[in-house]
Amino acid sequence: MLEGVTKTYGTREVLRVDRLSLTGGQVHGVMGPSGAGKSTLLRLLNMLETPTAGRILYRGRDVNRHRPRLELQRRMATVFQKPVLFDGTVYDNVAYGLRVRGVRGPEIRKKVTDTLRAVGLEQLEKERVRTLSGGEAQRVALARALVLEPDVLLLDEPTSNLDPQNVALFEELIRSASSRRGTTVILVTHNVFQARRLADTVVFVHEGRVVEDGPAAGVFRSPRDERTKAFIHGEMIY
Amino acid sequence: MVQAFVLVVNRDPAMMQIIWLSLQVSGLAILLAALGGIPLGTWLGMRPAHRVRWPALIIYTFMGLPPVLVGLLVYLLISSQGPFGVLDLLFTPAAMVIAQTMLALPIVAGLTMTAVRGKDREIRDTAVSLGANGRQVALTVIREARVAIVGAVVAGLGRALAEVGAVMMVGGNIEGQTRVMTTAIVLETRRGNFEMAIGLGMVLLALAFLINALLYRLQGVTQD
Ligand SMILES: Nc1ncnc2c1ncn2[C@@H]1O[C@H](COP(=O)(O)OP(=O)(O)OP(=O)(O)O)[C@@H](O)[C@H]1O
Ligand SMILES: [Mg+2]
Repeated sequence: MLEGVTKTYGTREVLRVDRLSLTGGQVHGVMGPSGAGKSTLLRLLNMLETPTAGRILYRGRDVNRHRPRLELQRRMATVFQKPVLFDGTVYDNVAYGLRVRGVRGPEIRKKVTDTLRAVGLEQLEKERVRTLSGGEAQRVALARALVLEPDVLLLDEPTSNLDPQNVALFEELIRSASSRRGTTVILVTHNVFQARRLADTVVFVHEGRVVEDGPAAGVFRSPRDERTKAFIHGEMIY
Repeated sequence: MVQAFVLVVNRDPAMMQIIWLSLQVSGLAILLAALGGIPLGTWLGMRPAHRVRWPALIIYTFMGLPPVLVGLLVYLLISSQGPFGVLDLLFTPAAMVIAQTMLALPIVAGLTMTAVRGKDREIRDTAVSLGANGRQVALTVIREARVAIVGAVVAGLGRALAEVGAVMMVGGNIEGQTRVMTTAIVLETRRGNFEMAIGLGMVLLALAFLINALLYRLQGVTQD
C-alpha cells in the first residue's frame, strides 16, 4: 500500500502516487511507456530508495520506519532490469542470498540445486558467470531471487532476454510461486500478453503517475484511460 | 659490475642483512597500509562523491606528497621533544615502518576508492536486495573490486620499497640496524663503493620485476 508517495531526483519529480494498494499473494503487472517511473516504483518498494514524501506500508507498517530494516529487506527479493551477477560461478551467485542469511551448507546445496534445476540451468552450475549468454544470465538472476522463497518478489522486465520456451518456463515458475507459496509478485513488463497471462491486477504508469489500476481482466477489456487504451493497442500491434 | 654480481650471488652477509631488513620494514608497512587503506578506501568509495570531497582531496594530496615531508612530520612526532618522544622510536626500524605506512596508506586508500567508486552502486543494490547486511555488502564490493585493490596494494608496496628520504630521516641509516636497500645505495655510491650499490640496485630491480609479474598474473587469472 502506497500513500501519497513522491520521488524527486534533484528538482525533477519522477513519481507521484496518491494511493496504490497491492494486495498480498497476487501477481501485479506494472506497465507503461519507457521512462514512466516503473523501475523507480520498484526501487521504492524494495527500499533501495526512500520516498521524498509519503509512506509505503507493508502489512500496515511504514517500511522505512521498520526496525530492523534488514529483517524486512530479507522478505523481499528483486530481479533488476539489468541484472548484475557477482564474479564467480553460477552456483555462487544463486547461493549468495542464502549464505548472507547464514543458512547451513547442506541446506544451501539442496536449495540451490533444486532451483537451478527449476530454471533449467543445472548443467551450468560450475560455469563462471562471465561466460554466460544474456538469457542464461537472466535466468541466474531469477534463480538467485527465487531460491530465497521471498514473501514479495519484485521483477523488472525479467523476460526481456529470454526465448519463448524460457518465457513459458518463467511464467510457470511465477504462477506456482504465487499460487503455492502465496508470494506477492510485482512484475514490470512491456508485454501486454504476458501481463494478461500472469497478472491478477495491472497498474498503468504514465509520466510518473498511476493513470489506471485494477483487476487485469477488467482493465484489458475496457480501459478507462485514453493513455492506457493507446498503450494496450500500440503494444498489441507491435 | 661483475663484482656486484658476485656479491649478490655469494650472498654477502652485510648485503643480505640489508635486503632482509628492507623486506621486513616494507612488508610490515604495506600490511598496515592495506589493513587501514582498504577499509578506508572502500568506505569513501561507497559514499556519494560530493559528501567525501574533503577526505578524498586530502588523500590525493598525500598520494603525491614528497616523502621528505612525511619524514619531517614523523621525525617531529617521535623525536624526544615530540608528542610520542617517550616511546624512543627515532632511528629504529619501527620509525621507518611508521614513515613507510604513512606513504603507502594514501596510495592504497586512494586507488581503492577509485576502484570501488563507479561499480559500487549496482553491486551494492544487488547485494542489499539479496539480503546482505552492511558488512556483507562492503565485503562483496571489495571482492568485486579485488583485482584493482591488489593493484593498489602493489603500488603502495612499490612506493614503500623505493622510498629513500623519509627512511633516511627517521631511520638514520645506521649500519646493521636501520640501513635498508635504498639508503645503502645512496651511501655506498657516495663512498665510491659501486659494487655494493649496483648489487643492491639489481636486487631492487629484480624485486620490482617480481612484484609486477605477480600482479600481472593475478589480473590475468581473474580477467581471462
Ligand atoms: N538516479 C536517478 N537520478 C535522476 N533521474 C533518475 C534516476 N533514476 C531514474 N531517473 C529518471 O526517472 C524517470 C523514470 O525512470 P524509470 O527508470 O523509473 O523508468 P521506467 O519506467 O523503468 O522506464 P523503462 O521502461 O525504460 O525501464 C526517467 O526519466 C529517469 O531518467
Ligand atoms: Mg525500468
